[in-house]
Amino acid sequence: MLNVKDLAVSFQTRRGAVDAVRGISFELEKGEILGIVGESGSGKSVTSFALMRILDVGGMIKAGEAVYSGIDLRRATEKTMRDIRGREISMIFQNPRAALNPIRKVGHQIEDVLRRHAKATRQNARDKAIEALEAVKIRDAAARYDAYPFELSGGMCQRIVIAIALACDPRLLIADEPTTGLDITTQKAVMDLVIELIRARQMSSILITHDLGLASQYCDRIMVMKDGGIVEQGDPLGLFSNPQHSYTRKLVDATPRAGESIRSLLPPEDRKPELPHEIGDDALLDVRGLTKTYQGKSGPVHAVKGISFTVKRGQSVGLVGESGCGKSTTAEMLVRLMDASSGQILFDGEDIAAMPARAFAKNSRRGDIQMVFQDATDSLNPRHTARQTIAEPLQRLGHLRGQQLAVRIEELAGLVGLPYSLLERFPHQLSGGQKARVGIARAIALEPKFLILDEPTAALDVSIQAVVLNLLMDLRAKLGMSYLFVSHDLHVVRLLCDHVVVMKAGEIVEQGPALQVMSDPQDPYTKELLSAAPKPPARRIVA
Amino acid sequence: MSGVLLKSIARRSGGLDHLIYVLRANPVTMFAFAMFALIILAAVFGPSLVPYDPLATNAANALQSPSLAHWFGTDSVGRDVFSRVIVATRLDLSISVAAVALSFVIGSVLGSVAGYWGGWLDAVLNRVLDTIMAFPLFVLAMGIVAALGNTIENIIYATAIINVPFYARLVRAEVNIRRNAGFAQAAKLSGNSDVRVLAMHIFPNALPPMMVQVSLNLGWAILNAAGLSFIGLGVRPPTAEWGIMVAEGANFIVSGEWWLAVFPGLTLMIAVFTFNLLGDGLRDIFDPRQRT
Repeated sequence: MLNVKDLAVSFQTRRGAVDAVRGISFELEKGEILGIVGESGSGKSVTSFALMRILDVGGMIKAGEAVYSGIDLRRATEKTMRDIRGREISMIFQNPRAALNPIRKVGHQIEDVLRRHAKATRQNARDKAIEALEAVKIRDAAARYDAYPFELSGGMCQRIVIAIALACDPRLLIADEPTTGLDITTQKAVMDLVIELIRARQMSSILITHDLGLASQYCDRIMVMKDGGIVEQGDPLGLFSNPQHSYTRKLVDATPRAGESIRSLLPPEDRKPELPHEIGDDALLDVRGLTKTYQGKSGPVHAVKGISFTVKRGQSVGLVGESGCGKSTTAEMLVRLMDASSGQILFDGEDIAAMPARAFAKNSRRGDIQMVFQDATDSLNPRHTARQTIAEPLQRLGHLRGQQLAVRIEELAGLVGLPYSLLERFPHQLSGGQKARVGIARAIALEPKFLILDEPTAALDVSIQAVVLNLLMDLRAKLGMSYLFVSHDLHVVRLLCDHVVVMKAGEIVEQGPALQVMSDPQDPYTKELLSAAPKPPARRIVA
Repeated sequence: MSGVLLKSIARRSGGLDHLIYVLRANPVTMFAFAMFALIILAAVFGPSLVPYDPLATNAANALQSPSLAHWFGTDSVGRDVFSRVIVATRLDLSISVAAVALSFVIGSVLGSVAGYWGGWLDAVLNRVLDTIMAFPLFVLAMGIVAALGNTIENIIYATAIINVPFYARLVRAEVNIRRNAGFAQAAKLSGNSDVRVLAMHIFPNALPPMMVQVSLNLGWAILNAAGLSFIGLGVRPPTAEWGIMVAEGANFIVSGEWWLAVFPGLTLMIAVFTFNLLGDGLRDIFDPRQRT
């Protein structure tokens, strides 16, 4: 059905041509779901853009063939391509909100594609659009027809994008990271829906993802890409149980799975013995009846509804929940960037919630409570070099100057594994993993007692995530810090945390020792979270 | 200690490398910077280099057309037009630089405060800026100079006031989108007060687009000053100033003495043109993200 042979794509940049895809070949059978897995920069998205001929400016197919049902996609005229897009080959994009036009009703956006391919007339377009909405299981489809994208949740928006992609009954669906940025239960719902529709309509599909677990659960065949080439392909089970290529092995290792330890995420040669961390008996942080209420336009919004939990000295606590459950609000209150509406935050016995957030910058406890932010890129000042970024807390709170400062910065860089030569670089000159290290170095610069980690690995590739998680574990043992690990992913939290707190709609639904919550969840919501996570097949231990 | 010093030198030379790269990569920027350097040279050394005293009259030598002795000819009282055009550079440039600097500072402070804290302050400021922008700006400048009095300082104030809204709005928008950025939050965790976060972390990120505004504004400010002088407000004869010279020369165009108005007019045009071209280059220089 689709036959790609020696496809090569290159981009013209300021520093000459860059090869994004270097001669890949693959075939796609009718009704087959092919997974393309790879980390950022592997060329997996570029491959799909090249098939649709929607490459960015400067990008071009340099060599090779791509034939879809006898049509040469490389040489087809733009007019032919316009007919193919949407009717023969459709695409679901990564960020559903960006893929939808923000100022048009979603129903009209579905009509556009129907009318373009003459699948509907002006008279019946509305009915057909509502039909398309019903097909993606949107409740009350007729009412949703008039909604604007901003009125819908992320999962809802992705359903609309799927409805648009499937409206004209294409034969091939390309899904480019369709669930990145969605909650884990939404991810499951969306993926189940997509697969069900694909099977029901006997379409072929290419699923592009960085998540090996997701791909193995939903695809018939998986292709692993690295640096623009295919390193390995095969059926999911075989790929997991017996990966041939070293890169595939690294990816498989780095994918968090039930029952594995944090060190097993790393390649075998990097697995040093785990350093133990000691948990004290006294509470470092005692949260009592913490609430946060915003004044919204339509009445008060209760973001956090009186939660209580304790973090012991040296203990790592995971705060788990989906977007909107109040976990980030809680983190911001604990790190004293936001004032609580009521409740106490006892830190070493002192109620720090009593102090306004804006005055806390000058407080002597400021250095004791630090945070690693979710988006490493966003959390680094684009005008500051890595050195300046790490120096900031040392200068402001540590009052270090000159030689002492330089020594301490290099010490920290060594601690987080950042090469000294990168210290003079600006954030845009660093990779995602390097930026994460800079952010961690800044947070631990003052040797805080309590460190809040707000999804520190959410934006990272799995292999980088594995390294960062291990780094965090080593730092905990070396510096004796307590962690509050905020995340939506129970499997990642389990690796690092002793205790887990599960939040839903501003309330704690369950808390307890990590192993116990994972193996024997009590609350239905915790059970749902656990079952929604993709379950990659366990790797067979090869002696 | 020497290690630290070496590194800071390395960083500075990185900036210089970047400057050279930007100039090389873009011939238009290169040209604009060359012209800019020429204008600066004329402003600094012009008065000591010109062949004639710009104010010395010589009735016997009036209204001579351009020649080897008088490149741009002479005016109705026999003053050398070339000398006057060159000498006027310093005055026109100082007016525009001072006015732009003033509006840059006032606009940055107002815009930063409004963008960061928002609320009623933001609302009030926006309405005030709207009010200023609702006037035809040149007419507003005329009114201010006429009311305050006919001095160079007042031209500067008037030019600054009409330009403040552009800076304030730009800074407000740039600050507003970064108010809750991760790096601003992180700066607070590092012990920075709100004012420091704003001044040291958020505001500098607004500089690249500001630079485009500055260079365009320098051109406008020169035009504005010359315009005010042209209609008889601001700088008074016999001071050498491009606007006055064009105004005086305009009377003689009908009788064929075109050089009186054309040369100062051309110089004015070239100066404004240069500043407009400068913008993109300045932005690239001030944006560390362009350093790859």
